[in-house]
Amino acid sequence: MAAITLSVNGRPHNVEVDPATPLLYVLSDDLALNGPKFGCGLGQCGACTVIVRGRAVRSCVTPVSTINGADVTTLEGLGRVDRPHPIQQAFIDEQAAQCGFCLNGVILTAKAFLDQNPKPSDAQIAQSLATTLCRCFTHTRMLRAIKRYAGRA
Amino acid sequence: MQKLTSAARHALTQAGFSRRALLKGTGALVVTFSAARLAEALGAEPFPQGQFGTQSARVGAQLDSWIAIGADGSVTAYTGKCELGQGMFTVQMQLIAEELSVPLSRVKLIQCDTSVTPDQGTTSGSQSTPTNFNERNLAQAGATAREALLQLASERLGVPVDRLAALDGVISVKGEAARRVSYGELIGGKKFNLALSSTAKRKPASEWTVLGKPIPRVDMPAMATGQFEFVHNVRVPGMLHGRVVRPPAVGATLVSADEGSVRGLPGFVKLVVKKDFVGVVCEKTWQAIQAAQQLKATWTPGVGLPANDDFHAFMRRQPSRDALLVNSKDVDQQLARAASVVKATYLHPYQMHGSMGSSCAVADVRSDRATIWSPTQSAYPVRSGAAMILGFAPENVRVVFVRGSGCYGINGADTVSFDAAVLSQAVGKPVRVQLSRKDEMAWENYGLAFVIDQRIGVDANGTILAWDYEAWSPTRGGRPGYDRPGNVVTGLLLGYEPQPFAPRTPAPDPGGAFNNNSNAGPSYVTGCVGGQCRGAGTVKSERVLSHTVASPFFTGPLRSPSRLQNTFAHECMMDEVAAHVRADPVAYRVRHLSDARLKDVVTRAGAAAQWDPRPSPRPSLQTTGLARGRGIACVAYEGDNGYSAMVADVEVDQATGAVTLKRLVIAQDCGPISNPDGMKNQIEGGALQGMSRALGEEVTWDDQKVTSVDWRTYHSLPLGFAVPEIESVLINRTGVEATGSGETAITIAAAALGNAIFDATGARVRQVPFTPARVKAALDARG
Repeated sequence: MAAITLSVNGRPHNVEVDPATPLLYVLSDDLALNGPKFGCGLGQCGACTVIVRGRAVRSCVTPVSTINGADVTTLEGLGRVDRPHPIQQAFIDEQAAQCGFCLNGVILTAKAFLDQNPKPSDAQIAQSLATTLCRCFTHTRMLRAIKRYAGRA
Repeated sequence: MQKLTSAARHALTQAGFSRRALLKGTGALVVTFSAARLAEALGAEPFPQGQFGTQSARVGAQLDSWIAIGADGSVTAYTGKCELGQGMFTVQMQLIAEELSVPLSRVKLIQCDTSVTPDQGTTSGSQSTPTNFNERNLAQAGATAREALLQLASERLGVPVDRLAALDGVISVKGEAARRVSYGELIGGKKFNLALSSTAKRKPASEWTVLGKPIPRVDMPAMATGQFEFVHNVRVPGMLHGRVVRPPAVGATLVSADEGSVRGLPGFVKLVVKKDFVGVVCEKTWQAIQAAQQLKATWTPGVGLPANDDFHAFMRRQPSRDALLVNSKDVDQQLARAASVVKATYLHPYQMHGSMGSSCAVADVRSDRATIWSPTQSAYPVRSGAAMILGFAPENVRVVFVRGSGCYGINGADTVSFDAAVLSQAVGKPVRVQLSRKDEMAWENYGLAFVIDQRIGVDANGTILAWDYEAWSPTRGGRPGYDRPGNVVTGLLLGYEPQPFAPRTPAPDPGGAFNNNSNAGPSYVTGCVGGQCRGAGTVKSERVLSHTVASPFFTGPLRSPSRLQNTFAHECMMDEVAAHVRADPVAYRVRHLSDARLKDVVTRAGAAAQWDPRPSPRPSLQTTGLARGRGIACVAYEGDNGYSAMVADVEVDQATGAVTLKRLVIAQDCGPISNPDGMKNQIEGGALQGMSRALGEEVTWDDQKVTSVDWRTYHSLPLGFAVPEIESVLINRTGVEATGSGETAITIAAAALGNAIFDATGARVRQVPFTPARVKAALDARG
C-alpha cells in the first residue's frame, strides 16, 4: 500500500492503495466518479480515458503510482449538465450518442488531440481515433460533433 | 441538475422519503430524467401493493398499471420496454406527453423495474415500437387515460365531452377558457380503477405536436458530461466486488479450487465454488481482479471443438432439426425446366455482441429477498431465473433495470446478473460484478453461423421461375427466458441444462400461415401456405428448408438474428441472378416484388442515390487499380416489421482486396415515425454496425476454446476508419401500424456491400467477413 496524491478535476485527493492499482479503479472505486469506464481493461477501446498533463491516457492500464501528484481531468471535470464544455455541447447538439458508454473515451480523446492540433485535417482526426471504439457505430454524428467543436463544421 | 449519490438515495429511503416525494417539484427535462432514474433505484411504491408486491401477474390490463396522475398534475408512466441506447426512453415520454396533452417536462417514465412496471417480457426484436406505439399497451393506456380524464371533466364541469379540449394538463370548455379543471384536480394521487379501453381513440398523427418530432434525447446532457449513472456506476453501501473465474476450455469442469492460493491476498473476502461456478469476492475491484488471476484452480480438459475452418461443412454433417417455411412442391420440376439455374452457397460466421463495456450487475441478496440492479433486456425473466438460482420465490426478487453498455441482443447482461446474485448470496452483502473483456467475449451467446445453399431457375425471358433455399445453422437454446438459466454460462456452470436439442428429419409440411419472422424466405417469393400468400414477391415455385444443428457455443439473438444472415444470402443471390440475365439490379428487384412498400423503398433509395440503371458489373471493367461500384439490397424486416433499402458505393483496391465505403443511402418506411432524428440515428448506427460485421467481425476458436477474446482478435471498425457519408430517406407513412426501425439497415448492409464489390470488380464474395484476403481471393478467381 502507498499514499498517493492526485488532483482530480481541480480537487486534491489522498488515497491509500496498492501503487500498482490502475488509475481507473481509484477513480471509480475510491473517488466514485462515473465518467471513466471499464471497457476492456487492456487499453484497446478508450472507455477509461482521462486527460493527464494534456494528453489522453488510458486509465485502465496506467498504474496510479505513475500519476502521483499529477492533475487528472475526467469527463465530469470538463463541464456540467447546466454548463457543458463546448465539446460536450457539440455532442449534445449533434445528438452524437446511442448507448453513450463510449462517449467518455471519444470526447476526451478528441479534446486532448484538438487542444494540441487546433487545425487538423480529416485524416489527422481519423488517425487520432484509430483505436477508439463506439460499438453502436454513432461514428458519423461523433465526427460531426468533433468537427463542429474544432470550428470546421 | 439534481444529483444524488447511491448512498444519499439509500439514506433518503431509510429516512422514509417516498419515491413520490422525491419526484415532486421537478421541472427541466434533464431533471425529469434524473428523477425517473432515481425512482428506479429507490424502493418504488406507487400502488398499495408495496415494494415487493405480486406484480408479475399484472401484465397491463388495468390502466393503473401504466399511468398515474400526481396531485401536482404530473404524469407518471410505467413501461416494460427499456432504453438500451435506441432512444426508447425519450420516445415513450413523447408518446405519453402526446396522448395526454401535457408538456414533455411533466412526464415521468419508470422503466423495467419488476416491483412497479408491467411484465412486457424482453426489450428486443424491434418489438418495442410495434408493442407500445400502436392501439394497445402503453399507447392505448395513454388514450384510455385521456378519455377518462375528459369524462371526469365533463361530469365536473357539466359540459359534454365534445365541447371540451385538453391542453397542458388542463381541460377547459371550448370558447370558455375560464371554465377549466386540471388533471391534478380531477384525479391527482388517486387511481383510475379502469381497464384499458380497446375503443379509446388515439390522437391522429396529423394532430401530433410532440410525437413525430425530432425531440432530443433527454439523457444526452447527462451522458455527455459524465453524470449519467450506468449500472457500472451503481454503488450500494457496504458493496463488495466480485470476479468470476470461467473454465479455460469449452466443456471443462472443475476438479478443485485452492482457497489457500488467494486467502492471504489484500481485501480477500471469500472464494465461492458451486459445482463448476467459481468466483472470488474482495473489498475492491482491483483486488478481485488479482485474486481471480492468482486463484489456483484445476479443470478437466475441454470437450474439444470442431475445426474452425471446417465448421460450415461440419454443420452439414450433424443431426438436424428440420423445418419448412414454405414448400410449393414443384421446385425440382421448375428448376429442371428452367432455361438456366443459378446456384451458389453463402457462408456467415458466428459473430458476437461485443459490448463496449463488459457486462456488470450489482446484487444485494439478503436471507429472504434480493435486489438485482441489472442491464438486462429481460427484467422479469431474469427475476425468475435468479429466483431459481437463489432458491427464492420470484416475488421475493426485485430486478431493477439500470442501463449498461449497448447490448444489441443477449450480451453478458443476464449471465452477470446471475453471477452477482450467486456471489452476494454467498457473502450476505451487496456485490458488484463486472466481467473481464475475455470472460465477456469467450462465453457470450453468439449470433448464428450459417451456411446457405440456393438455386434459382429463370425462364427464357430472364424471369425467376423457382427459388430453392436450404440452410444450416447452430443453436444452443437462446435467451434464458423465465426458466432456462442453463442457456447462459453462469446457469450451465451452476448445473442447469441448456434447452435440449431434438433432431427431427424430415421436416413436416409447413403449417399455419406463412410467417417470415426470420426472413428465411426471400422477399421475392409468394409465400403461399394453406391457400394464403403472404410473401412480398411473385415467384410461385418456392421451397425454404432450414436445418438447425447443435452448437458447441452458447447462441442467442444478435441484432437482426438469422434475418441478417438470410438476407445477406438472398440479396446477394438476387444480384447474381440479375447479373446472369443482364438486368439492372433495382429494376429486377421491383419486377419480382408484389409488396408496394418494399418496392417503394427500393425505388426511393435508388432515386436518392442517383442510381444509374444498368446491369452489374459496371461496363469497361478494369481488373487492376482502384475500382468503384454500387450495390443495392432490401428487406421487409420479419416480413412486415419495417421496410428498408440501401445503396452502397464502394471503392476496392484490387491490389490488396481492401474495401473502402464511400457513401450509403438508405430509404426506410417504418409506418408513422415517432422521432425522426431517433430513427435516423438507428439507421446510421445500424448501417455502420452492419458494415463492421460484414468487413471484419468473426468469432474464432482453436480445438479447445474461443480465441477472439479482445479488440485485437475481434475486429470492430474504430471511430478512425474511413467513415462514409450516410444519407437517410425517411418515409413517414401514417394510417398503418408503427414498426421497429432498429434492425432494418443492419440487415441489408452486407448484401449491399457484396453487391457493390461485384459491381466494381466482377468478383463475388460469398463469405462474411469480407476481409482483404477473401476479397483478394475472389478477385484472383476472376481469371
